[in-house]
Amino acid sequence: MNDAAPRNPDAAAAATEAPTVRLHGVTRRFGATLALDAVDFSIRPGEFVALLGRSGSGKSTLLRLLAGLDVPSAGSVEVRARRTVVFQEPRLLPWRTAIQNVALGLRGAAPQDHARAALEEVGLGHRLDAYPATLSGGEAQRTALARALVRDPQLLLLDEPFAAVDALTRIRMHRLVESLWKRHGLAVLLITHDVDEAILLADRALVIDTGRITASLAIDLPRPREPGQSGFPDLRKRLLAAIGVTDATRSESTGEIHRAFAALPSDAASIIMA
Amino acid sequence: MQMSAPSFTAESAAQVPPAPAIGIAVPARRRSRQWLRAVSPLAILLIWQVCCSTGLVSARTLAAPSQVLASFFQLTADGALQHHLLISLGRVVNGMALAVLIGGGLALVSGLTRVGEYVIDAPMQMLRTLPVLALIPFFIIWFGIGEVPKVALVTVAAVFPIYLTLYSGIRGVDVKLVELAHVLGLSRTALIRHVILPGALPTALVGLRYALGISWLILVAAEQINASSGIGYLMNDARDFMRMDVLVVGLLVYAVLGLLVDVLVRWLERRLLRWRPSFVAAGA
Repeated sequence: MNDAAPRNPDAAAAATEAPTVRLHGVTRRFGATLALDAVDFSIRPGEFVALLGRSGSGKSTLLRLLAGLDVPSAGSVEVRARRTVVFQEPRLLPWRTAIQNVALGLRGAAPQDHARAALEEVGLGHRLDAYPATLSGGEAQRTALARALVRDPQLLLLDEPFAAVDALTRIRMHRLVESLWKRHGLAVLLITHDVDEAILLADRALVIDTGRITASLAIDLPRPREPGQSGFPDLRKRLLAAIGVTDATRSESTGEIHRAFAALPSDAASIIMA
Repeated sequence: MQMSAPSFTAESAAQVPPAPAIGIAVPARRRSRQWLRAVSPLAILLIWQVCCSTGLVSARTLAAPSQVLASFFQLTADGALQHHLLISLGRVVNGMALAVLIGGGLALVSGLTRVGEYVIDAPMQMLRTLPVLALIPFFIIWFGIGEVPKVALVTVAAVFPIYLTLYSGIRGVDVKLVELAHVLGLSRTALIRHVILPGALPTALVGLRYALGISWLILVAAEQINASSGIGYLMNDARDFMRMDVLVVGLLVYAVLGLLVDVLVRWLERRLLRWRPSFVAAGA
């Protein structure tokens, strides 16, 4: 598991029976508030899971537990993997350049070389020495992604990482994350409130509401996916119903943009932006 | 009045481009405006000179600019000014070095540890309200009239701004970045080195600038009491002999030193905080 070479997700899944993440009866209280109520789920190696929920549903609490930033009040959180997190904000150190941010805390030989390679992989080979203040929102978030990837994680936790970037950048970021996931064969937990985003990227969507997992839906559409493909609207309807939103027009606007960009080539090279 | 003269020349020297840049219309026009700004101070200098020369203002009240200039050259020629200046400078440098060491050290301990906060912060917050000048009698009794009380006064005055700003800078570091450091598995040493100290630096530099300003202020007072050297002594001595011209020279020296200290800290900020949006934009 320590090899730096990209692994095939299927092979990785077959090689290890043990799940990357296993939560059992996880409960988290903040005073009288019950943020998580006996949550059980697991993530297989190489699986892309989306966790959908409204704000205040407990999804961020769950991420903090998985990231090791918090401990449960009851139950057990098992993470058998190197994990990294990409937060909603890039959280780059303003006083370090892009490459220094990516190399931060990196152990082993030639951290600078690894950092450069990671930045090149997310299409920022030309911004190595830029300070975060000069990066655009999308560039900063891709730097954060590079910082997560350079650690060669087996589990990537994404906490609404595309929420703060504009709609067009978001589509490119989706493509980037999907291609990186395929290439590196890592397990991903994507926290989001965007149903389309979940259907576009995930193998499985979990719905969390008031601290409980209320639905689990397998998404077996062929990749690359786009909102117009058959089965997509049906999945969206089912997921929205699971969240408790009956009006399906909610994410129509995002769908429009996705359709407009569906014609773009989907390989990683095309994602690279100036 | 003349006090404003050095600051003006320093300013205009920085802003007016060198002579060969003539030929381009816009900078030339800007330069002519710069010169316009010089008219008023020069006029005031002239009026000052005329008032003194005609005897409208007696030499006992205020020395004429020409006289001030003459005694400045005289004091420089016989080396007296340099001698006293170096001594004053030495006191500030020593006092500041101690203040940075003590204030910085205390802020690190109380900023980075719970125990340190309880032990150090409360007394520091209480002591900082003491007027430092009121300590002069104590310092004379404790340390005599040599170098020690002067350096100690500078240190005590400068310790507080350094301590307070570094402490609040450390405590004010973005919690989200600290969280990130945990996620990345940074050690405590690495956290302090890469996240906390750089994050606290902008605030700490404000404290440093403030401390340097205060240290000169305190030195003026300290050197007027039981000193036998330094700019303050020079002025005190001049007062005893009614040397109005030397008094004005002393004032000018303090003003220029204050200005130079400010330039030094600005330069330091520019170097150390070049990642900041304002500096980044200026550089790009």
